[in-house]
Amino acid sequence: MSDPRPTRLTWRQVAVGCALLVVVVVASVLLGAIDLGWGRVLTEFWAQLTGGVSPLSEQEAAILWQIRVPRVVLGCLVGGALAVSGAAFQGVFRNPLADPYLLGAAAGAGLAATLMVFAVPASQEMAQGWSIGPLPLAAFLGAIGGVGLTWALGRSAGSGTATLVLAGVAVASFLTAVQTFVQQLNVENLRVIYNWMLGGLGTTGWNEVLLILPYVAVSSAVLCASGRLIDVLGVGDEEASALGLRPARVRLLVLVAASLATAAAVSVSGLIGFVGIVVPHVIRLMVAGSYRVLVPLSLIGGAIFLAAADVAARTVMAPSELPIGVITAFTGAPFFAFVLRATRKERA
Amino acid sequence: MAELELRSVSAGYKDTMVVREVTARLPRGSWLAIIGPNGAGKSTLLKAITGITGHSGEILLDGAPISAMSARERARAVGYAPQTPVVPEGLTVTDYALLGRTPHLGLLAREGASDLVIVREVLARLDLDHLADRPLRTLSGGERQRAVLARVLAQQAGLLLLDEPTTGLDVGHAQALLELVDRLRRADGTTVVSTLHDLTLAAQYADELILVDNGDVVAVGPPAEVLTAERVATHYGAKVAILAAPDGTPVVTPVRDPSAVVP
Repeated sequence: MSDPRPTRLTWRQVAVGCALLVVVVVASVLLGAIDLGWGRVLTEFWAQLTGGVSPLSEQEAAILWQIRVPRVVLGCLVGGALAVSGAAFQGVFRNPLADPYLLGAAAGAGLAATLMVFAVPASQEMAQGWSIGPLPLAAFLGAIGGVGLTWALGRSAGSGTATLVLAGVAVASFLTAVQTFVQQLNVENLRVIYNWMLGGLGTTGWNEVLLILPYVAVSSAVLCASGRLIDVLGVGDEEASALGLRPARVRLLVLVAASLATAAAVSVSGLIGFVGIVVPHVIRLMVAGSYRVLVPLSLIGGAIFLAAADVAARTVMAPSELPIGVITAFTGAPFFAFVLRATRKERA
Repeated sequence: MAELELRSVSAGYKDTMVVREVTARLPRGSWLAIIGPNGAGKSTLLKAITGITGHSGEILLDGAPISAMSARERARAVGYAPQTPVVPEGLTVTDYALLGRTPHLGLLAREGASDLVIVREVLARLDLDHLADRPLRTLSGGERQRAVLARVLAQQAGLLLLDEPTTGLDVGHAQALLELVDRLRRADGTTVVSTLHDLTLAAQYADELILVDNGDVVAVGPPAEVLTAERVATHYGAKVAILAAPDGTPVVTPVRDPSAVVP
């Protein structure tokens, strides 16, 4: 008779995930509108590591280190943040349709970004002199504000997750309506807003990476450590209370962490859909249903998925770029359908 | 392991008390069954003892009031299986049973080897070890009920509260589950409080019955004293006969009234 084993994150899963991530990251750095040459880029990495002579011209080095590498790193951070938050939201709400934007983060960020573009029409140009662009800052605060509003409304309307989700629907609809109204008053800036809403990693550099890194790192650490608690919440509030847990407190901890990560991601990349909802499901179907495995693997899986999607966004119609949200939905949806079909026997 | 005492306990939600003035004393290792018609307040009384529902009066566990315990302390002393457990379908039986160790762990701590040993023993006792790696969604109704019991037993609490543990089980599975609980309480000295709607099973397994109707305790005592045809008629609105099983315990069986049949 076999010994019962608990589901735990194994070194093998982490190693496979990290290996895939490295492959995608390297491919992503090597591919781009300007061909730097694979061999020369790899020699450049080696030179940087060992202090040798760089094979790249100054301009090429700038493309590599100031544009491409930070963009890839940012893609990984954003993808990881969205997927890890999505997994946490699905667990806390015990709802497979939950995604990081459920509690009004997207609507809040959208409204704040629209207002910023409206109030400071030249914000994109003005941003040159700032270490942080006004648009990311507005989007970050808007996302936090949206979730805060939902939380306050949910608290005043009663307790429980269903109330909170409904409050999120109300807040998101309202904020989106206001945003649409502001857009109508301000048609000449519609394209700037539209571009932002579709999401992308286009205008980025190390500033954005440094801006969101602390939020994504701390939130991800908290969420990965909370996997067991999210599993306990899976038995419902009454039973979780009977197990000595305070469900409302655990939920608050997880939601604050996930919302901070989401707000950070939204602030620098706009609204990238699909990552937060599909990546956790793919992991759930392929690996395990326990959140102690699901949460950390979603972090890695989200990073892989978005970095790969960004490669496609940059190269499919080069030199022009496709919005990354189009890529995530276009590739993610069929892949998800494939995983659903492939695992139907196990779910039956 | 635990002696339970209820002193004029009333429990309910906000302004409405669903059960009122329950007084009972259970020695260690005894089994109390709370019986009564649907909506009488049986489940609410159990929830009050777990601390999920508020109460007035005193609930004492080994002489100490549970209202003075922290949620974690109480969860280490009282195990609770609800009537319709919420089953996280993606978890394996082992993962699910391990959730029972929650009150013994720090907030962000992981289970250690000793927790795993406890879970393995519990699964073996409940004959679940061959299903240990199976996701809960693949289990039958009876297996699920045992998995829920495994999670509760992993808490290692001295008091077990079981809300209709035989719901949805056929007579064989219901009997097997109750036999299991009975063996565990005799082996470990665990005190058991359960609600049961099958009065014959309640009479067979419980040492004492409390009959609750519309929130009030209407009878307390050994099964043979509490279960009379008049009481069942008054409080359940049912026409029954009380027979005797070969071992002498009362058997409550419905009796049809020919005059009530519509031609």
